[in-house]
Formats: sequence, structure tokens, C-alpha cells
Amino acid sequence: MTYLTRSLIPLDVLLAETSAAECGGTCAFLGTVRDGPEEHGVTAIEYSAYEEMVEGELGRIVAEVGERWAGARVAVRHRLGRIPAGEASIAIVTAAPHRAQAFEACRYVIEEVKRRVPVWKKELRADGTEVWVDPSGRPTTRPAHV
Amino acid sequence: MAPQTPSGTIRVRFFARYAELVGRTEAAVAVPLPATVGDVVRHVRDQLPGAHDIPERPLTAVNLRHVKLDASVRDGDEVALLPPIAGG
Repeated sequence: MTYLTRSLIPLDVLLAETSAAECGGTCAFLGTVRDGPEEHGVTAIEYSAYEEMVEGELGRIVAEVGERWAGARVAVRHRLGRIPAGEASIAIVTAAPHRAQAFEACRYVIEEVKRRVPVWKKELRADGTEVWVDPSGRPTTRPAHV
Repeated sequence: MAPQTPSGTIRVRFFARYAELVGRTEAAVAVPLPATVGDVVRHVRDQLPGAHDIPERPLTAVNLRHVKLDASVRDGDEVALLPPIAGG
């Protein structure tokens, strides 16, 4: 099982992986590259990772979901490489017997990803600069021309 | 003759901004044992060009698991210095 991809994330595949007759609620979350008013013209984000550790950490998070929400199913993909604004960098699908469990499990996965999974992002801006950003999206370095 | 202090070789890995600071993605670091992750970080910051700009207390992992700086290291371990995580 790999949780990483360098291509568009196929949401239909994740939905198929979690589909089960006993699950009455399915929750899908997409995190997408944002170019909002505070983003200084982000054209794309370059995602990099400690790939071997991502696989291990995401595997543990998926296992934790199974322990916390009985009968819950999870599918996750994180995309790496250059991702244009508007495209998804992460997709999480959770399915569970009831909708509350599916929502809770999905929220748990994205929050744990933000906290534990070693992935980093460098914003690529329309003015030609690049900047590493922290978990809240704030620059950790001064924008540098490349 | 004084007994020799045993030493270990640690594979240190750098990612994202930290890799840019040191201009490399990994280094083999020899440290006297016993040693902690904090000892490895201090050694890296003191010895490796560019590494002084890495924080004194970065996030760290040993053998693919998050650890604190007081975790011990053994010969052959892989220690990763992790910039603030920003995935998702």
C-alpha cells in the first residue's frame, strides 16, 4: 500500500476502496492548493516529503481510525511534486456504519496528517518567487527569486 | 592505555528548507556513544556548513518515528531533522 502519488488523485478509486454495504455514511475531504487574497499570487505548491516515514505514519493513523471507530474504513492519498492552484494535494475518504463516525474519522485523519505526517510545501508565486510555508501557511523564509 | 570511547555512525537526513541550508539531503555523522538525538543535532549544527541555521531544537525522528531530543541513538540509526510539518 502506498499513500503517496505524483499524479492527480483518483477520488473514485478511494470511494471504491472504502465502499461497503454495512457503511451507511461516507465522508470525502479534499485539501486543495489555495490562491486566496492572502496568498500573494500562488500559482502552485511544490510538495516534498520524507516518503518512507509518510508511509509508516499514515499507516498508523489509518490503524488508529479502525481502533477508534468500529467498522470504519479509510482511504488516503497525499500528492507530491508541483501541484497547480485549485488541484487537490490530499484526499481522505472515510466510511462508517453511521454518518457521525464517518465525519469524525475524516476530521481525525486530516488533523493527524497536519500534526504528524512529514510533508513540506514551498509556494511558487506569480512574481517568480518561492517560499517555504509553515503549517498555517505563513512563510518560514523570505521569498527568493529563482 | 585508556579504554577507547565507543562511537557510532548515524545517518542524518535533511528535508525541505533544512536540506537547502546544508546543501545536501544526508550525512554520516560519527558520535561518541552513548548519545542522544540532541547530541547528534548539536554535532550537526557545529560541524556541518550551513547547519547552524537549523534550530537548536528541531522536530526529529529516529528510524521513521517521531522522537524527542532526549531519545538515545545507536550505531546505524537514521536520524531525521524535520522542518515544521506542513502537509495536507
